[in-house]
Amino acid sequence: MPRVVVDVMLKPEILDPQGSAILGALPRLGFDGVNSVRQGKHFELEVSEPVDEARLRVLADTLLANSVIEEFTLRVLP
Amino acid sequence: MVTFPGSLDDRDAQRAVRLAGGEPVALWHGDADLRGVDAVVLPGGFSYGDYLRCGAIARFAPVMQTVIELAGHGLPVLGICNGFQILCESHLLPGALTRNAHLHFRNRDQRLRIENTSTAWTNAYQPADEIVVPVKNGEGCFVAAPDVLDRLEGEGRVVVRYADGNPNGSVRDIAGICNERGNVVGLMPHPEHAVETLTGPSTDGLGFFASVLTAAVS
Repeated sequence: MPRVVVDVMLKPEILDPQGSAILGALPRLGFDGVNSVRQGKHFELEVSEPVDEARLRVLADTLLANSVIEEFTLRVLP
Repeated sequence: MVTFPGSLDDRDAQRAVRLAGGEPVALWHGDADLRGVDAVVLPGGFSYGDYLRCGAIARFAPVMQTVIELAGHGLPVLGICNGFQILCESHLLPGALTRNAHLHFRNRDQRLRIENTSTAWTNAYQPADEIVVPVKNGEGCFVAAPDVLDRLEGEGRVVVRYADGNPNGSVRDIAGICNERGNVVGLMPHPEHAVETLTGPSTDGLGFFASVLTAAVS
């Protein structure tokens, strides 16, 4: 069954306080050299064939991501 | 008064409606029938556990399809806290509510300035009135594109603004906004928790519920 992967990220101009908090914790844990952290969401969907990628994009745009603050990428895995 | 799975403040808001002189009618998220009500309140809480994004699932509830349709015809709709998030997810109001900039849940009495007294929900106030009502949210940081913000300000659609400190990092201290027609209003603070001196910091919140009674009559 084909799998569809959707990754949702806040738009670059939207403040990501969770990513900032993670970034702030890294030096305390001894991880140096990380300059930025952005946190997002990862969705895996199992779909029936045939895969209608355009329809899946509508799904992602309607529910999985809020286009006001987020953007998404969509990949169909075999 | 719509109850979603996870709504918390529906009873308090019903009480506020009653104290203001209105008759609260309980509506259920799964029922598209609005039972002939003259106005709708979307209460605070954590509808559907805030899964995915706050308000993202509630937006597709059967009741919301009717609310969205009738809001377009002028039905007064007030979204408080989670209700505001649902209105933004429904695209009845522009922008979005994101995680508080400081990441903390903020719970305190908050001073607000009423900036638009011509909406269905704020006509009982005087311009520049300051009120104190509770604010309690973890994802109340209002964001919108700069051109959207400029339009909101230019059209007088910033209805309430935080005074004496911004509790969540909202841009331009925006606490609440309305649609172009002024019948749909959303705000993060909780006027329904400030309707009796026994339990609230003031009775300043009653004005929201008194306003809509005037709007419904006129």
